[in-house]
Amino acid sequence: MSISISGLTKRFGQTDVLRGIELGVDKGELVALLGPSGSGKTTLLKIIAGLEWPDAGRLAVDGQDWLQLAAQDRRIGFVFQHYALFPHMKVRDNLAFGLSVRPRAERPGKAVIKAKVDELLHFLQIDHLADRFPAQLSGGQRQRVALGRALAIEPKVLLLDEPFGALDAAIRRDLRRWLRGVHDATGSTTIFVTHDQEEAFELADRVVVMGEGQIAQIGNADAIHDHPATPFVARFMGATVELPVTLLAGRAEGAGLDLSALPRRALPDGAGRLFARPEDITPVPDAGAPWRIVSRTSTGAHLRLVLRHPELGEAETEVSRRAVRAETLIADAPVRLKIDAGTIFPADRHISAASASTRPHIPQKEKTR
Amino acid sequence: MSTATLPHLPGQSGKGARILIGLAVGLTLVFIAAPLAFIFVRAFAQGWQVYAANILHPATVHAIWLTTLVAIIVVPVNVAFGIAAAWAVAKHRFPGRGILVTLIEIPFSISPIIAGICYLLLYGRQGILGPWLQANDIQVVFALPGIVLVTMFVTAPFVAREVLPLMQAQGTEQEQAAVTLGANGWQIFTRVTLPNIKWALLYGAVLCTARAVGEFGGVSVVSGNIRGQTNTLPLHVELLFNDLNAVGAFAAASTLTLIAVVALVVKTILEGRKDAGH
Repeated sequence: MSISISGLTKRFGQTDVLRGIELGVDKGELVALLGPSGSGKTTLLKIIAGLEWPDAGRLAVDGQDWLQLAAQDRRIGFVFQHYALFPHMKVRDNLAFGLSVRPRAERPGKAVIKAKVDELLHFLQIDHLADRFPAQLSGGQRQRVALGRALAIEPKVLLLDEPFGALDAAIRRDLRRWLRGVHDATGSTTIFVTHDQEEAFELADRVVVMGEGQIAQIGNADAIHDHPATPFVARFMGATVELPVTLLAGRAEGAGLDLSALPRRALPDGAGRLFARPEDITPVPDAGAPWRIVSRTSTGAHLRLVLRHPELGEAETEVSRRAVRAETLIADAPVRLKIDAGTIFPADRHISAASASTRPHIPQKEKTR
Repeated sequence: MSTATLPHLPGQSGKGARILIGLAVGLTLVFIAAPLAFIFVRAFAQGWQVYAANILHPATVHAIWLTTLVAIIVVPVNVAFGIAAAWAVAKHRFPGRGILVTLIEIPFSISPIIAGICYLLLYGRQGILGPWLQANDIQVVFALPGIVLVTMFVTAPFVAREVLPLMQAQGTEQEQAAVTLGANGWQIFTRVTLPNIKWALLYGAVLCTARAVGEFGGVSVVSGNIRGQTNTLPLHVELLFNDLNAVGAFAAASTLTLIAVVALVVKTILEGRKDAGH
C-alpha cells in the first residue's frame, strides 16, 4: 500500500510537534524515521496508526483518506517499544487476538484462527513459546511475539515504534536481520521509528531524518552521510567539529586549515561554515600554524587530540595512530588541520543562530518515553 | 521443633527483638483477640439453644436480611462506579480530572454521620426535595432507599481506590495495541482492561462489602431504627444492647464478626494474588 502524507501539522499545547510533513512511501518499501528524541517521529507514526490526530494536513493510503478512518478500521500492525503484550493471555492467544475480535460476519472460525496462529508461530520461529505467558519470555522473544500479533491481521501497513529500543545490542542486531527477512517475505509496507543511525541505515531502504518536527533529509546511508542537507543533519550524523571558512569561487579557506581535499562547491562567495567529523581531520605539524595540541589520548589504534585556536576555540580529531607520525603530535605542538571530508554551508543567520560550538547530544540508548 | 537461630541483622540483639515481638503479640491479644473471643463467649453464655433462639428471632433475621440486601445492591453499584471512575481518570485526559480524583476520595474524609445528615436534609420530610418526594409518594429517608444511598456514599471510594493506581501503572499501551488490532471499545474493556485489574477489583469489592455490612453512623441517621423494618444488623446490635438483652446483642454481633472474619480471609488471599499480578 502506498502512503502519501502532505502538510501534516500537530501541536501539543505550545509546542509544534510536526511542522508540515511531506512524505510518500511506496508499496513494499521499508522506511526508517530517524531523529533525536523530540523530533516528532513517534507522533508521525502514531498519526499514521490513528492513535493521534493531526491538526491539519492529509494522510492517504492507496488514495483512501485515512483521516476519515478510525484506528480500528485502518488494518495496521503496530509494534510498541515495550511490546504491550496482553499479560493474561498465552502467546497463542496474543497472536489470535486481532482475528478473534473481528465482527462475527468477518471472523474466521476457531480452526482457521488456530491454523493461522500455528503458521505464524512457525514463520516467526517461536513455535516453542506458544503456550507461555509474556512474563515467561525474554525481551527479544516478547518483541517477536508482538510483531507476530501485529502480522496476524495481515496489516496493510506495518508500523514499529523503536522496536528494538529496550533490547541488548546483540539481540538488536539479531532481530534487525530477522525483521528485514520478515518484511521481505510478507511484502508489507513498513515504517519504523528509531534514534539509532546504524539501525536505520542497515535495515531501511530509505531513511527519513527528522528534526524539530520537520523532515530534514530523505535518502540512503551514503547520501545522508556524505552530503547532509542541513547543518542539523550534519551534526546529527556526527560532524561535531564546526569551523568558520571563507568561500571564494567555490573554494573554501580558513585559518590554519588545509581544505584542498574538498571538491569545489557551487556556493556564493562570502562567509561559510564547515562541518567535519573528528576522524576526517588530520593534524599536520606546521611551525607557522595557529592550532596547538592541548590534549592527546591514545586508545592504541587511534589517537584522540584536542586542538585549540586562539580565536576559534577547540576542535577534536581522531586519527589512526599508524597513519600519522604520532611522535610529532605532542602536547603544545603547532599544527594545521587537513580536512579530508566535510560539508560547507553558507553562514547565514540560520546557522549562526544554532550556536557553533555546541555538540549535538545523540544518546545511543535513550528511551523515548 | 528445631531451635535453629534466625539470622539477625548486625546490631540487632535477640533480646530486644523478643521484647518487641512479645509486646506486639500482647497488644494484639488484649485489643483484638480478647474482644473478639468475648463476643462469642457472651453470645454462647446461656448455651446453644438460647443463642439459636436469639439468632432466629424475627427481628434479628430481618436485620440480617436487610443488611445483606443493602450489600447486594451497594457493592455492584460501587464496583461499576469504581471501574468507570478509575477508567476515566487513568486512561483519559480531560478538564476537571483532578477534581474528580478529589471527589472520589471525599467519603473517606467525611464522617458518615455528616453524610447521613446531608441525606436527611436533602430527602427528608423537611428537606429540600421532601415536598416533591412526598407528592410523588416516594419514601427515601426512614426506608430502604435512604439506607442504600448512605451506604453507597460511604463505601464509594473503596473499589476506585484499589483499581486506579493499577490502571495508572499499566498505562494505555495495551489498549492502543488492541485498538490497532481492530477491537471495539467493549472488546478492549472486557478482554484487555478488565482481566488486568480483576484481582484488585475483587479486593476492592471485598473491602467495600465489609464496610457496607458494618456501616453504622450514617445509616443510623437515615434509617429511623424501626425494628423489623429499617434496622440493619449493626443498628440491631445497639438496639438489643439498649434493651439489656446482652445475649441477643452478642448473638447478632457474632454474625457480623463472622462476616468480617470471612472478608478478612478472602482479602488476605486476594492480596497475594493481586501482588503476584496474575
